[in-house]
Amino acid sequence: MKFWIICLALVLGSLGLSLSGINEYVFFAGFVILQFVVLATAWNILGGYAGYVNFGVPAFVAVGGYTAVVLFKSIQAPILVQILGGGILAGVLGLAVGLLTLKLRGIFFSIATVAVVFILETVVMNWRYVGGATGLQLTRPADLAFFDSYTRMLFFVMAVLAIGSVIIARYIQNSFLGRGLRAVRDSEEAAECSGVPTLRIKLIACVVSGALMGVAGAPMPMYLSYIEPTATFNLSYSISALAMPIIGGTSHWMGPVIGALLLGTLQQIVTVTVSNELNVLVVGLLLVFFVVAAPDGVLGLVKKWKQSSK
Amino acid sequence: MFSLELLFEAALFGVLLGCFYAAVSLGLSVAFGLLDVPYVAHPALLVMGSYATYLISSLGIDPLLSGLLLMPIFFLLGMGLYRFYYETFEKRGSDAGVRGLGFFFGIAFIIEVALILVFGVDQRTVRAGYIGSSLEIGDYRFPYRMLMAFAVALLLTLVLTIYFSKTFNGRAIKAVGQDESALRLMGANPVKIKQLAFGIATAVNALAGALLIIVGPVEPAMDRIYIGRTFCVVVLAGLGSMSGTLVAGLILGVVESVVLMTLGASWAPAVSFGLLLVMLGLRPQGLFGR
Amino acid sequence: MNKTRRQMLGAAGVAIFSANVPSTALAQGAPLKIGMSMPQTGALGAGGQAALLALRMWVDDVNAKGGLLGRKVELIAYDDQSNGANTPGIYTKLLDVDKAELLIAPYGTNPTAPIMPLVKERGLMLMGNFSFQVNAKVQHDMWFNNAPWNDARGWSEGFLELGKMAGAKSIAIFAADAEFSQNLANGAREIVKKTGWNVVYDQNYPPNNTDFSSIIRAVRAARPEAVFVACYPNEAVAVMRSVNEIGLGSQVQIFGGGMVGLQFTPIMQSLGSLLNGVVNFNSYVPGMKFPGIDDFFKRYSVRAAAAKVDPLGYYLPPFNYATGQMIEQAVNATKSFDHKKLAEYMRKTEFQTIVGPIGFDKFGERAKPRMVQAQFRNIQDNNVDQFKNTGKQVVLWPDIDKQGDFIFPFDKARKAT
Repeated sequence: MKFWIICLALVLGSLGLSLSGINEYVFFAGFVILQFVVLATAWNILGGYAGYVNFGVPAFVAVGGYTAVVLFKSIQAPILVQILGGGILAGVLGLAVGLLTLKLRGIFFSIATVAVVFILETVVMNWRYVGGATGLQLTRPADLAFFDSYTRMLFFVMAVLAIGSVIIARYIQNSFLGRGLRAVRDSEEAAECSGVPTLRIKLIACVVSGALMGVAGAPMPMYLSYIEPTATFNLSYSISALAMPIIGGTSHWMGPVIGALLLGTLQQIVTVTVSNELNVLVVGLLLVFFVVAAPDGVLGLVKKWKQSSK
Repeated sequence: MFSLELLFEAALFGVLLGCFYAAVSLGLSVAFGLLDVPYVAHPALLVMGSYATYLISSLGIDPLLSGLLLMPIFFLLGMGLYRFYYETFEKRGSDAGVRGLGFFFGIAFIIEVALILVFGVDQRTVRAGYIGSSLEIGDYRFPYRMLMAFAVALLLTLVLTIYFSKTFNGRAIKAVGQDESALRLMGANPVKIKQLAFGIATAVNALAGALLIIVGPVEPAMDRIYIGRTFCVVVLAGLGSMSGTLVAGLILGVVESVVLMTLGASWAPAVSFGLLLVMLGLRPQGLFGR
Repeated sequence: MNKTRRQMLGAAGVAIFSANVPSTALAQGAPLKIGMSMPQTGALGAGGQAALLALRMWVDDVNAKGGLLGRKVELIAYDDQSNGANTPGIYTKLLDVDKAELLIAPYGTNPTAPIMPLVKERGLMLMGNFSFQVNAKVQHDMWFNNAPWNDARGWSEGFLELGKMAGAKSIAIFAADAEFSQNLANGAREIVKKTGWNVVYDQNYPPNNTDFSSIIRAVRAARPEAVFVACYPNEAVAVMRSVNEIGLGSQVQIFGGGMVGLQFTPIMQSLGSLLNGVVNFNSYVPGMKFPGIDDFFKRYSVRAAAAKVDPLGYYLPPFNYATGQMIEQAVNATKSFDHKKLAEYMRKTEFQTIVGPIGFDKFGERAKPRMVQAQFRNIQDNNVDQFKNTGKQVVLWPDIDKQGDFIFPFDKARKAT
């Protein structure tokens, strides 16, 4: 019950924030941070719960983004339809990738997901309708409901999406699905022997994870008024989506949220004050540090500290 | 449209290109193929080797020679990297999969960004007598830089194959991937053997990096497309086979060259990754694998 | 001078907690911030660094005269690394965090294309910087481009006329799949259709392509008499090296056309004799007469030597200085910084600048284009100073600026002295 009250409070809070007079850049940067909350939460469903490291995050984000572009360009679809479309198609991609690669273990699965990124990127680069390698300029619709600017509206939409993805992750974690995924992570053979339908569970996780990433990617074209393949398929989405749950803690839905908020905010500060590159370096260094020294993430550190102070 | 002659020339160029791809994948074949280390940072170290070659050759030294000079340094680097990986992950066992992958992925990005911070995003090239001109045979032109890469690749493969089959340490490296406890009983320390192997893999990577910058300009983000090419070659070959790596490289080179000629350069990036996916789907143990 | 980290943190902090303040409310005497991103690294970096230097020269000149309407001009320039993905974020930062009042576009079509919808939506004037047809789809009415060209006709017509003179009847085209090269190549393709020439090869390649052997081989096999290339600097270098390695065949009469990068001094120096025979576009070569430009080059080369950038500064710098001049004249004439008023003035005025008169058509491009097609001749390796002399880049078209006759075929021109 407490959880739902907090969710409602956050939704109302972000609505209030987007209607206030605070500087526009807060929403520009905040959108990116909230997008990473969704991406990190989505990644963790397959990566943290089941132990399958998905490097192909940009492929799903891009499917979301380009579906939105096609819907917008062809039928002037409103943003909610774009998001729905992006999520559905990204979920389908998740199913396809799952069917193709979930027989593979460990590093082979991860490399296969990288392959999906490059193949899709090449397909998009050859597709003139969405701009090909050149990219596409987009004019945002003038209708903003009751918001002052399109960016503020997108900020609110992304806040709702972030809260929604956390609700889904929490549900999965506490359900039969979550227990099954944990069994797969600990020992897939043992899980199969005990009768856990491992392939079906992994496929569901793939579809949900992929769909959420697509949902996160769908507002991107409207956010920038521009889309082009190299930035959309950038592998730095992978490293951030991987680093955030690892930094926050992979076994609980709070972990990706903590990781995304901490790392995302740090990234935005670095981008504004220093440069764009240093931002990726920060992610890389923190990832390596946590993987080596604090494998259970911030949540793990907090747990240890609580136990030691008893 | 496409004459047979043009296709033939593309295939020939593909053979040269393929040997080059084999050369840059040999290190991965050892580190991942033989040792099972999730070494996604291999292409990043390859590009690092290229930039190191650029630095040394800007002092006036021939790039190939620079690559050879770098090999001992990279050898030590490789040994240290494996030691760290072993102490942190392999020793502690479970869950090393996610963390090991995360570790090497992180390292790859750190290397890429460090290169950007030091050298900038601009392309870098090296100069040598054999870069820029071609061997003319009839109507065909073979750039000397490709012939150089071809020759070095063949030599490397030969040297490694002999090493792994004829020397004690080499055979021990082959064995450690198959049965570690048996090796221990034979009096060899598996950890030291694996360290040696990783060192060799990284040293080979240094020379391959020199070849990379000889064949064409490099920029820091190149490691990304080479993830596809190197893993495609290693998976296609099957884990642990050196001569298999050469054959797999040739296949990739020819396919890529023919696709470039027929479908155009805009489809080239998909070739290596596409081939990789097909292999993983149909026959994950590769053509010559264990 | 770029802002220090401390200043930026302070500015960000203040900006975040203050609402958007309209520019007219700023106190008189507060510095006037002009914001832009400029590719200082990456593919366009060599050109961008020189251009930025020229802009800083203008800022110093105008401040020496007392600034604009009594306010000191401050130029805020970030490096977008020639990457269009970085520019929307940079310009949003410039507007919302740095509070820039006037905007200049980054050099080049590819970095500029992504921010066109942004400036149109916010109703802001943008001074274009050597981009090509980047406003064609968005059609922003407050866009003014300093480049000496208008549409593809100006480029390709000259190139094709020269080809016709040499008796060419077949053409090969290859272009990078990026905003600039696609705009140019598509324009050329339309014009070629009208000439009735035979298109024997037509390919786009992905922008980060580094190896052109397969393309050059295919072009050679198609036996074209004219070869039109639309590319960016990295590819220009790779293409020239490939042409040298593989050759194009003796039937080629004319090669080049739309290769960006062959105007940048560091690239001209590094390619050296590989440039010979190429017919390519330019904005300025020695021998072209513009009022005040010699004085500009004298002052520029002093500062360039100190800053270690392009010592000649032919291609971009004079036009960037001219952008500054146009801003200065518009502000002083309208006595305001309001974008609508400035845009109105820009639209109806023909400015006198160091690169001659500049007037705009209704799309913000040059009303009277003045770009040239010049042929590289007798270039030696490793010699920068040679480019100061006439006879190295011989203007062939248009007639007003013509400096010599077209030498063809391509192989003959490569050896000509």
